[in-house]
Amino acid sequence: MPFPGGELVSEKSILCDMNLFCLGKATATSAMSEKVRTRLEELDDFEEGSQKELLNLTQQDYVNRIEELNQSLKDAWASDQKVKALKIVIQGKLVYERIFSMCVDNRSVLPDHFSPENVNDTAKETCLNWFFKIASIRELIPRFYVEASILKCNKFLSKTGISECLPRLTCMIRGIGDPLVSVYARAYLCRVGMEVAPHLKESLNKNFFDFLLTFKQIHGDTVQNQLVVQGVELPSYLPLYSPAMDWIFQCISYHAPEALLTEMMERCKKLGNNALLLNSVMSAFRAEFIATRSMDFIGMIKECDESGFPKHLLFRSLGLNLALADPPEGDRLQILNEAWKVITKLKNPQDYVNCAEVWVEYTCKHFTKREVNTVLADVIKHMTPDRAFEDSYPQLQSIIKKVIAHFHDFSVLFSVEKFLPFLDMFQKESVRVEVCKCIMEVFIKHQQEPTKDPVILNALLHVCKTMHDSVNALTLEDEKRMLAYLINGFIKMVSFGRDFEQQLSFYVEARSMFCNLEPVLVQLIHSVNRLAMETRKVMKGNHSRKTAAFVRACVAYCFITIPSLVGIFTRLNLYLHSGQVALANQCLSQADAFFKAAISLIPEVPKMINIDGKMRPSESFLLEFLCNFFSTLLIVPDHPEHGVLFLVRELLNVIQDYTWEDNSDDKIRIYTCVLHLLSAMSQETYLYHIDKVDSNDSLYGGDTKFLAENNKLCETVMAQILEHLKTLAKDEALKRQSSLGLSFFNSILAHGDLRNNRLNQLSVNLWHLAQRHGCADTRTMVKTLEYIKKRSKHPDMGHLTELALRLPLQTRT
Amino acid sequence: MGTCLDIKIKRANKVYHAGEVLSGVVVISGKDSIQHQGVSLTVEGSVNLQLSAKSVGVFEAFYNSVKPIQIINSTIEMVKPGKFPSGKTEIPFEFPLHVKGNKVLYETYHGVFVNIQYTLRCDMRRSLLAKDVTKTCEFIVHSAPQKGKLTPSPVDFTITPETLQNVRERALLPKFLIRGHLSSTSCVITQPLTGELLVESSEAAIKSIELQLVRVETCGCAEGYARDATEIQNIQIADGDVCRSLSVPIYMVFPRLFTCPTLETTNFKVDLESVHITCHASLRF
Repeated sequence: MPFPGGELVSEKSILCDMNLFCLGKATATSAMSEKVRTRLEELDDFEEGSQKELLNLTQQDYVNRIEELNQSLKDAWASDQKVKALKIVIQGKLVYERIFSMCVDNRSVLPDHFSPENVNDTAKETCLNWFFKIASIRELIPRFYVEASILKCNKFLSKTGISECLPRLTCMIRGIGDPLVSVYARAYLCRVGMEVAPHLKESLNKNFFDFLLTFKQIHGDTVQNQLVVQGVELPSYLPLYSPAMDWIFQCISYHAPEALLTEMMERCKKLGNNALLLNSVMSAFRAEFIATRSMDFIGMIKECDESGFPKHLLFRSLGLNLALADPPEGDRLQILNEAWKVITKLKNPQDYVNCAEVWVEYTCKHFTKREVNTVLADVIKHMTPDRAFEDSYPQLQSIIKKVIAHFHDFSVLFSVEKFLPFLDMFQKESVRVEVCKCIMEVFIKHQQEPTKDPVILNALLHVCKTMHDSVNALTLEDEKRMLAYLINGFIKMVSFGRDFEQQLSFYVEARSMFCNLEPVLVQLIHSVNRLAMETRKVMKGNHSRKTAAFVRACVAYCFITIPSLVGIFTRLNLYLHSGQVALANQCLSQADAFFKAAISLIPEVPKMINIDGKMRPSESFLLEFLCNFFSTLLIVPDHPEHGVLFLVRELLNVIQDYTWEDNSDDKIRIYTCVLHLLSAMSQETYLYHIDKVDSNDSLYGGDTKFLAENNKLCETVMAQILEHLKTLAKDEALKRQSSLGLSFFNSILAHGDLRNNRLNQLSVNLWHLAQRHGCADTRTMVKTLEYIKKRSKHPDMGHLTELALRLPLQTRT
Repeated sequence: MGTCLDIKIKRANKVYHAGEVLSGVVVISGKDSIQHQGVSLTVEGSVNLQLSAKSVGVFEAFYNSVKPIQIINSTIEMVKPGKFPSGKTEIPFEFPLHVKGNKVLYETYHGVFVNIQYTLRCDMRRSLLAKDVTKTCEFIVHSAPQKGKLTPSPVDFTITPETLQNVRERALLPKFLIRGHLSSTSCVITQPLTGELLVESSEAAIKSIELQLVRVETCGCAEGYARDATEIQNIQIADGDVCRSLSVPIYMVFPRLFTCPTLETTNFKVDLESVHITCHASLRF
């Protein structure tokens, strides 16, 4: 269906029921439920005659029951009890499909746009039979609904069938005395008509005009008496018409020329500006049509009878149109004033907030913060007494959403005085957090420049704090991640420019506020590290006494924050990272402290860690971290009071004591890396430095004692590696032995001095070891050998020629 | 059942006119081969008259049914005694619908006192041990459409308390005025009855307006004629207190089988006579 109104479609299930026609979609009053009960009992009777207790039946129960019946209808149809099926509900579609399937023989399938000549006699006869049966249904309303529901089947009989049938059915509705029943019959016919023959607009119009003719009945004696008997008030009775009327009006106005709309409006006007009609006109016609005539409509609404259709619904409908289309520029303020004059007088908070919610959109769209402030103030005034806001959270939420959707500039938004007091109305925590999330999302999306506006900061800190404080033991991980993402987004957008101290104190405050969300703390540590580096950049590496103190404050901030985190690798990486920052800022002892902390944390790394809900072995992460750590350790100068290579030794001890996986070579891989580090450390000048930090190369200046210490360490590490290689001399481990041996060989080749005889001999042994059990990949061996030969041509590398001669290639035979 | 006998008439709607050829197939199917003493096909058409208890008394009505009048009765032998092979055998047949003498093929009609019915019966006679198999199937006869164009004869009517006939105390009736018209007093049976009705005024709230189709059947018997009017169908055209001064359509499709064109013969007579409009109203003071 090309027109909106999904809600109405679901009405069909109700409409289809032959025994129920008086019920609209709205409230279930006690009188209504009385009616509902008798109807349900009727429905039950031709099922199994069960006597259900139907007191206190709600509208929802009723709809559920209809749904149930709908299902049992389909079952009954499937199991060949077609008459019973028809008794329950009308389902024209099933009939159509059945007859359609009769037209399909083995060879040909009927095309979608078939003509009656293509239909075979049996199908025609069955179809005709349906129409004869239906024509003999005694009661008017069931006869109408059943026939309307199989309207499409006319296609099987004649080309003009539908176009003849629609007007007849339209006339038939005139016989339905109850105006509410008849309006729903019309809505159903329009619906079927639009579905089956959308080009037949005449019947739609006829339905509309017929409806206008019967309109006076609503105020006639019969209806009025009935309402008195059932104890239904007019203001709750009249809105029952709206869904059906909206539907009919919508069908007609869809793609309708302006002239027709104007004519319809004029006809409605003649009926004394009836509010009910006016409301449907506003909900069904094009928004542009309504918007350009806003002042006319306001005039008409004002003239409406006070006692009948509730006026706030009329203003709501008008507001909905104005949210979609713009009225003429000159009228805008007057429209707002006129509308709000009425809205503000509404006594019932529910009516009021439903109306206000719609009009906020219009106000935000066309006016400044002053008007919005007035509107918000008015809402607060209406919703505060008796805590009326508690029943209207969805509407209030929607108001907030509309306001923030239009005010992207948060400095303007927070200067709307009543904005924050408005937020205070959200006293239920879950709603409050939802609202805060909305605000933060909009902020992150639209805030372009970092800000230090104290109004924004205060307000948003408050908002973020609310979100943070909602976190408890039961909060889901996803929720936490979402909240942290929003808070981080805010933290990243705060900048005090060159006022670094102010910035740091902001981070301090943020830490105290958001201590329960780990990602936020991580973000804060990164931010503070960044602040330290910014300072360094501003000072071009030469800290003054003041900046040095400031940087140390930053470092201290990180140092005391990291231990409060839970994730072990998060902590390790942050220690390393912060240590690097401290080093870069010439805070040597602080850097040492970070590295020591990291080293002493390593024994705590568990075997398995939880990554995205799955348990994974941690060794590969540890390996990665340690390699990273080694690269940093190269440039960390030794502490004057501790021994040579104090940190490296400490780290090696930790690695040695760590309980490694039994059949893993990770420890040896790490040791190989340590060899690389030690080799790099024994160079005269290191590969890289940190500006203004003297590393060990300049500290020791190639001192022999330092080199001897270094060598001793190397030997210990190598002994460990060889020891391990020996343990691999078992059948199942030979492959590992070979590849590990080759990798050790490569390390020596790259980092070792092969003029040293012992090393030279070791490498030859390793070469043999790698090939001994035929586990080595010949191509790799060939390539390695070629590489050695190539290298030997370089100056100072002559000794490699001799080595190459000592490395035979084993052929696999 | 091992043996299955079925008659399939060629036309899906089973409607034939006098002089046409009724054709179709007899289908015989069975798992095993079927031994038989011959298969015959009979066309029968008769008018059954039932006297109404009202006119002749209960007992007479029960016992004294007038003898059925035969319109058509002919039999043909389709298959000589023999054997059908196992599986499905289809035997086509054709029956020209002609009547002997001055008899007329009346239209099929199912009434209360008059019934006009046509059947096609297929009999398969079998040896002593096996039962004969019979299958009957009704077909419908329509008289040929009337020649010449029917001139519509519209009629206007007005109903007020004064026009009502069977009322005892006219004064107690609420005031009302209903006007309307029928497109034609004599209708073609295949076309619906149409018209309009308009409630100009009614003191009482209307509950329902109904359209009643009544037939009048007249049977000739020893004591003279018995004339009975019975309802064929009743259709609601308005439900509830309809809008005043707004015309409500009158529309009724004549039900098949239960109606037939007005028919008059020496022995019986069927009239589709009148349309009654019933108006239920309640007075509220």
